[in-house]
Amino acid sequence: MQVIPVPGSLDAQTVDALLDLVPPEGTAGRILFDARHVRWVDPNGMVGLVVAGTVARDRSDTLPRLELPESADVLSYLGRMAFFDSVAGVFEIEQRTPRRSGGTSDVLLEITPVQANSDVHEVVDRVQSRAGAILSSKLGYPGTSVVQFSVILSEVCQNIVEHADGPGWVAAQAYNWARRLGRWVVVIAVMDIGRGFRGSLAEEHSARYGDRWSDATALEAAFLHGLTRFPDSGRGQGIQQIRRQVQRWNGAITIRSGTARIGQVPEWDDTPPLVEGLAPFPGSQISIVLPAKEGGQT
Amino acid sequence: MTDLPLDPIAIDVGDLLQRTVASLYSHLVTRPTGRAVRMAIETQLAEAGGRSLSLIDLSEVTILDFSCADEVVAKLLQKHQGDAGLEAIFVFRGVHEPHRDQIQVVLERQSLAVVAETGPGRFELLGARSPDEDLAWRYLEDQGFLGRDEAHALCGASDPVRAFEALSERGLAFRSPVTGRYHALSRLVEHLT
Repeated sequence: MQVIPVPGSLDAQTVDALLDLVPPEGTAGRILFDARHVRWVDPNGMVGLVVAGTVARDRSDTLPRLELPESADVLSYLGRMAFFDSVAGVFEIEQRTPRRSGGTSDVLLEITPVQANSDVHEVVDRVQSRAGAILSSKLGYPGTSVVQFSVILSEVCQNIVEHADGPGWVAAQAYNWARRLGRWVVVIAVMDIGRGFRGSLAEEHSARYGDRWSDATALEAAFLHGLTRFPDSGRGQGIQQIRRQVQRWNGAITIRSGTARIGQVPEWDDTPPLVEGLAPFPGSQISIVLPAKEGGQT
Repeated sequence: MTDLPLDPIAIDVGDLLQRTVASLYSHLVTRPTGRAVRMAIETQLAEAGGRSLSLIDLSEVTILDFSCADEVVAKLLQKHQGDAGLEAIFVFRGVHEPHRDQIQVVLERQSLAVVAETGPGRFELLGARSPDEDLAWRYLEDQGFLGRDEAHALCGASDPVRAFEALSERGLAFRSPVTGRYHALSRLVEHLT
């Protein structure tokens, strides 16, 4: 059995390490995801674990096993975020999983599968009732920010439906980043196991890039220049406008696709704007961090 | 003969969203939803027949994303501003602050503009327009209407006559085919509730 150790702190910064360990296509034998030592997990980590398990299952043609975290807090949180509902049919789990409690007051958006436009409507409907209070009380954003927040979610989820051609998941949560930033943040994680940005744009745009065509240039084309596979000039606005809104809120956005990651980060984040040479991975991963206004709740 | 061969109609997008797309959907998000709403608007326009002035009411819409703004606003305008001239003129009502950015962005991207009621009785020009067009539109909005011979009186514009013609061609003002008089769209729809 091949054992994949899940990082003890599973978030946007460590999820690459997990994804890089997923064995290649045609791997024989069982795979075990050892999450016993996970003490902290955020939406990027949770969605990353769902994706890693799904890819491992598809590549090895058998259900990987998941050893659950020993931390009761982490287990309880995974339950509240609907993690166990999301991994039914993805992982074999021998231990008892916690029931999903009714108390969801601190959850902004549980892990939600996105495959069709109706899923996007459900995501927008669901955050309406919760986002307003969290954005204003925790982040100090104006009351109308719930609309911009919903628009961001709508556009990132539509990216899966319109371009990925494969299943995806989204989750969001508010945290107090006391040590890292000294403020509250909202983290949005969106991942899919579709064809990625390079695959989506290749037919329409790869020729003009010639030898330079890669995961990185495909990300630059979409992220910086708004290129899309559709000839319609009204297309390609989604990511551009998400970037603009995230910048207005002094937030960070990164997108990993294939072997590259591109980002737009503010001064409080030291993530490099472009990373290449990551392990090949299907689909795309979008991470958005929205910080509280300075002088807001700490 | 009347100076205004138009019978303005009001179209409630919130109502259309509920009736034509799916009763479960309460927000104007996703491209297929926007496309379905636009097609429902076009069906109503076709039933009205001929040249029309329509008040598209977004007051009941809470969330409007960029995809829907492109389908419901930009593509609707594009389709009715073809080479054959304007078939339909639109005014958008209920363009509150949370919708404004999405509409502004999709219009500018396609070099379009629209007259929008952004608050009770407050009309604005949103989207791409020249300084002369902006000046002419504000002047017409103040005056309510303007005789074709009075267009040259607009101060500050490099070519005032052309500016009013452009407003008419772009569906941002109505020029009577009978008298040549220019009418502010806000005045033509003010009686519609």
